[in-house]
Amino acid sequence: MNEFLKERETQIVTKGENSADIACEKNSLAGSVSQRACVFCGSRVVLYPIADALHVIHGPVGCASYTWDIRGALSSGPQLHRLSFTTDLKERDVVFGGEKKLYHALCELIDKHQPKAAFVFSTCIIGVIGDDVEAICRQVTREKGIDVIPVMSEGFNGTKKDGYKIACGALSKLVGTDDTYRPSKYSINILGDFNLAGELWILAGYYKKLGVELVSCMTGDGRVAEIRRAHKATLNVVQCSGSMVHLAKDMKEKYGIPFMKVSYFGIEDMSDALYEVARFFKDEEMMQNARELVRDEISTLLPALQPYRQKLEGKKAAIYVGGAFKAISLVKALRLLGMKTVVVGSQTGNADDYKLLKELCDDGTIIVDDSNPNELSEFVKLTGANLFIGGVKERPIAHKLGLGFCDHNHERKEALAGYVGMMNFAKEVVASVTSPVWKFVAPPNLP
Amino acid sequence: MGNNNGNTVLSSPLLEGFGEASNSLPHGKGRGETGYKATQNACKLCSPLGASVAYKGFEGCVPLIHGSQGCATYIRRYLISHYKEPIDIASSNFTEDSTIFGGDRNFKIAAQNIINQYKPKIIGISTTCLSETIGDDVTLFLHELKSEDFDGKTEFVVASTPSYQGTHIDGFHEAVAAVVRKFAKKGNPGNHINLFPGFISTEDIRLLKEITAGFGIEAAILPDYSESLDNPVWDTYKRIPEGGTTIAEVEKSGSALASIEFGTVLNLGKLSGRVKNLNLTKTGAQYLEKEMDVPLVRLPMPIGITQTDRFFEELQKLTGKKTPEKYAKQRGRLIDAYVDAHKYVFGKKAVVYGEEDFVVGMCAFLDEIGIEIALVASGGESGMLEEELLKYCPENGDKIEVREGFDFESIKEWCETNKPDIMIGHSKGYYIARELKIPMVRVGFPIHDRIGGQRIKHLGYEGTQELFDKITNTIIEYKQDSSPVGYKYM
Repeated sequence: MNEFLKERETQIVTKGENSADIACEKNSLAGSVSQRACVFCGSRVVLYPIADALHVIHGPVGCASYTWDIRGALSSGPQLHRLSFTTDLKERDVVFGGEKKLYHALCELIDKHQPKAAFVFSTCIIGVIGDDVEAICRQVTREKGIDVIPVMSEGFNGTKKDGYKIACGALSKLVGTDDTYRPSKYSINILGDFNLAGELWILAGYYKKLGVELVSCMTGDGRVAEIRRAHKATLNVVQCSGSMVHLAKDMKEKYGIPFMKVSYFGIEDMSDALYEVARFFKDEEMMQNARELVRDEISTLLPALQPYRQKLEGKKAAIYVGGAFKAISLVKALRLLGMKTVVVGSQTGNADDYKLLKELCDDGTIIVDDSNPNELSEFVKLTGANLFIGGVKERPIAHKLGLGFCDHNHERKEALAGYVGMMNFAKEVVASVTSPVWKFVAPPNLP
Repeated sequence: MGNNNGNTVLSSPLLEGFGEASNSLPHGKGRGETGYKATQNACKLCSPLGASVAYKGFEGCVPLIHGSQGCATYIRRYLISHYKEPIDIASSNFTEDSTIFGGDRNFKIAAQNIINQYKPKIIGISTTCLSETIGDDVTLFLHELKSEDFDGKTEFVVASTPSYQGTHIDGFHEAVAAVVRKFAKKGNPGNHINLFPGFISTEDIRLLKEITAGFGIEAAILPDYSESLDNPVWDTYKRIPEGGTTIAEVEKSGSALASIEFGTVLNLGKLSGRVKNLNLTKTGAQYLEKEMDVPLVRLPMPIGITQTDRFFEELQKLTGKKTPEKYAKQRGRLIDAYVDAHKYVFGKKAVVYGEEDFVVGMCAFLDEIGIEIALVASGGESGMLEEELLKYCPENGDKIEVREGFDFESIKEWCETNKPDIMIGHSKGYYIARELKIPMVRVGFPIHDRIGGQRIKHLGYEGTQELFDKITNTIIEYKQDSSPVGYKYM
């Protein structure tokens, strides 16, 4: 592994070779071409799926253009979240302030679209030119009678993960504002599912079979009214802990709602998620329902996976995704398909995540935090991976080097959560890894 | 603020239309009582994106965006979704500290790390809204760099591209001009030419290279990202993809026989209510004309017979050679196709949207085949679009509704009222086409929902042929699909 940046060496370990813990949760190194985005991105992706809210980006045009209809987060009703609204600041506004423009933009958009709430995202220069976004939000809240919530997500002010935290802060302002709701005996909120390709609907179906009421999901297929009453649920079930654990902790502190971390990817983690919830409610009937559901699903799924497993047995995978919790599930899901993970990394994992990953992976697996194209391409070559799992920015790296690719990013159009998701995942992996096109591509150079 | 390469200066006489909130606001959109309007689904991108594309067209160049990490990552993601290629763009990764105390430290770390990782020939720097607002002077940083211990093998180019000024097209031309200003050398005129094509597809660039080669003339394409943004499959990973105009070629641009520049709007217009320092040249070709006496021929993008003819005439004049037989035949076949299909397209009402020079070129073609262009919309606000369209659309140019500073929600409202027959533009208009059931032809940038967007041909007789077939067939298909019985012959 030559020609990597020295400053990044502590963020790369090989299991079995390095005993040191991986360094993580650092600012990205300038000039390293990190795959991460910024604080604004973190806030934007978390709040994005709330479909009846207005999402206004206060700043010059870029941040709004690049995040227009960016996620595959589906809504069963309103589609307001898929539009891109911005104050589109020009030089004059930068010199004289953008407050007036923001005020008028908000009034105009609220009148036109009648949202249930509005989020106002501050981008980089807002922090510099000193617009009092909070005051404008208060003013519009008073005048229009809906909550207008400032999201102070200036891009430079930390990492994408800090943006998650800021988004959780914004959500927490809504949670608890409707006290009238009375949920049934067993009720939960799902935190950290964004209903990509309709995944939330799959999960909601499972929980319904268990006899559990879903009070709200934050933020997949999200609605402002549901978020307002989320504090009435008995339990918070948190996926994508990197983005949502702040809110879960906040709700525990304020409303005494306990939370558990789960993952819905792969048979093992999906089943655990259902059992854990049943165990929490200490209801034998619910546990029985969970067992039946898991048995039913697995008894059809496992035989169906068999032919896929035969084709994939012994193949090697590289994983580079946003959150490390997802990476952990993927390692297990790949194992179920007979595949071995040889590279695994994330943009925002923490020490605990990486510790888990290290325990889970085989010797020789390269584990990396906040990587970049040069490192990733090198790792793929070193390990002879056959498949890359990542997002938009990783796809061309894999394809250029002639290996299969599976999109596990927030733009995906295939549901990968739940049992049906595991099946889709297997199909997608096979469609890529065993495609005949690779015979025209020189295999990656093995060491 | 905004004075990194000396071509933008902010002082009050240069700010026009003050106090009336005039040009910072979109033309054409109802301004309401206050004059302030939100932008809803913008039909433009920010300037560092354009600069990054242009930089990719110079050999060994790694773009560096001097700002927050997100700018680089978002722009990479946006470009990768179109080109389907690895596109590495570095960031100086601003933190709170750099925002307060200046980005010089991060800039230097970034430069050093790019050099260590990529060993680039050029680092192409774009500034951002953030770095310009806090007053970072990148040119000064570069002076400091030289006195420190750098390898000296890497060249630095700076373009001032704050996103509150202009659109991605302004950034594109700023970056090309910055490269030319940096490297071009004056000399006795040679037999080679410069070709400044503007923001076109990689396939278009290849077409242009083929055409100039057909005339036997050496042409430097500024910029040429036909390889670097459209690579064949690799056996080993290339940190910097091959291809691009070389520094030596840019040096020679100062002694070229002539420059041909496509586009008549370019970055010559207003930058959203701010006029640039008029004493400085704006485009690379203009700089070469003024400073190095390289004659400049400015043409609209060669789409359609009329404008492609003009391009070929210029090549004939410059080379003293006849148009190669191959192109004469292409032209003949294209006219033959026009004749065969003229009735299917005649009088159809089109909406055309996108970058200003691109839509001018596209409209010149549509106008000559009898399509009535009903609406032309762009996110750009040069103040020049209407005039240019009138110049190049002799048939029905006066009937066009021209909207600068328009966004997609406004285009949608317009379409709801005016019910056009076809939409022609990039993929972001798809949601309107889908909702209002308007047939659509994808052209330009970006194409995020199809394979091969980077390989769409638009220019020359060959590109026009493809566009013509596509547009005509889209209209025919729509009619066929909407027919209650369907039919097997046209």
